Amino acid sequence: MDPNVLSSYLPLYVQAFLLTVKIGWIGIIIALLIGVIVAFIIHFNVPVLKPIAKAYVELFRNTPLLVQLFFIYFGLPKIGITVSAEVCGAVGLGLLGGSYMAESFRSGLDAVPVSQSESALALGMSKAQLFGNVILPQAFSISTPAIVANVIFLLKETSVFSAISLMDLMFTAKDLIGLYYNTTECLVLLVVFYIVMLVPVSILGSVLEKKTRYKMFGV
Amino acid sequence: MGFDVLFKGTNFIRLLAGLGVALKISLISVAISIPLGIVLGMIMTTKNVVVKAITRLYLEIVRIMPQMVLLFIVFFGATRALGINLSAESASIIVFSFWGTAEMSDLVRGALTGIPVIQYESSFALGLSPLQTYLYVIIPQIVRRMIPLSINLITRMIKTTSLVMMIGIVEVLKVGQQIIEANRKSSPNAAFGVFATVFLLYFLACYPISCLSKYLEKKWEN
Repeated sequence: MDPNVLSSYLPLYVQAFLLTVKIGWIGIIIALLIGVIVAFIIHFNVPVLKPIAKAYVELFRNTPLLVQLFFIYFGLPKIGITVSAEVCGAVGLGLLGGSYMAESFRSGLDAVPVSQSESALALGMSKAQLFGNVILPQAFSISTPAIVANVIFLLKETSVFSAISLMDLMFTAKDLIGLYYNTTECLVLLVVFYIVMLVPVSILGSVLEKKTRYKMFGV
Repeated sequence: MGFDVLFKGTNFIRLLAGLGVALKISLISVAISIPLGIVLGMIMTTKNVVVKAITRLYLEIVRIMPQMVLLFIVFFGATRALGINLSAESASIIVFSFWGTAEMSDLVRGALTGIPVIQYESSFALGLSPLQTYLYVIIPQIVRRMIPLSINLITRMIKTTSLVMMIGIVEVLKVGQQIIEANRKSSPNAAFGVFATVFLLYFLACYPISCLSKYLEKKWEN
């Protein structure tokens, strides 16, 4: 391994890293928003919207991100919807993640025992109080581990962006290998940057899981 | 909309054959991962600190590294570093088995440690031998927890194999691209139809398996 090669590639990797992190987290935020909305629609049996929400969850949970991105990036322009690679990456990740997040939120909402809402109503709480103070905190603490796992999964999935020529870490590594054949250096840097990206999230995730676990009631 | 391309010549059959390649790789990898994962999962329940540390490291590597990176390390890195010439297919089977084994072993470990001690104690109190305890009490419970999760692993494996096109295996997405390229003049909108079809094909391959997994999970819940 040549340290000169490593240091000369470093700026390119840093640039790619920042882009990957940016689009990854925008995608995750979109995913969380979609997930919450879809989970509420399914949990509260909203008419008309519920079958659509269910179909969306099944469709996106059962197809790979790569195929979704190809469809959005290469397929949709043919019917007049053109998006840039960056928007496509963030939206694609958001749509994929939304279906996973929706399942996690929904299982959290479903797992709060009925006795909890009955007791809260018996104590004279309003619907809003019941939901904000009793159901949501418990549902959140139940679904936290699944949400953290989803966030890590989505950050890993960003590696697929290279297929739609978004200059992310994977694309940079592939490009440099193709240009200069310094395979070992390129792969080492690639691994290091993914570790830098994911280890802090993994550690923060386990801290968050521990923090929210104390808020569990009863169990 | 570009769906007409699919019915020209053998295009649709070629797409299906491409899906077949992806399914073949994923099924071989699952077939390797499940037995290895079961063995590793049992090893992971030991109290030996060294074994625990090594397996923990292995699981963390798989948890952190994207499968695409592992694929590149094995396909390009191993060739360079060790001088082995791996075919793209064997490289992908190695990577997906490496990943699948970790996932499977974690599921097995979870299932094993999730059985309450009271189950063992009760069966001993009832006069069952250790062999009987495992055969009639513990293993049936583990199997019921494991089967839905292992089936789930198959769908995840199928979805992950879509990555193999990035190391040059001609599977369904690559065939789709070839069809689009070949018909660029006669039907310029082919990209929409072909990729929508690929999308649907993956859904049709994975959805029944997910349903089966969900059904079994519900059926064996208690």
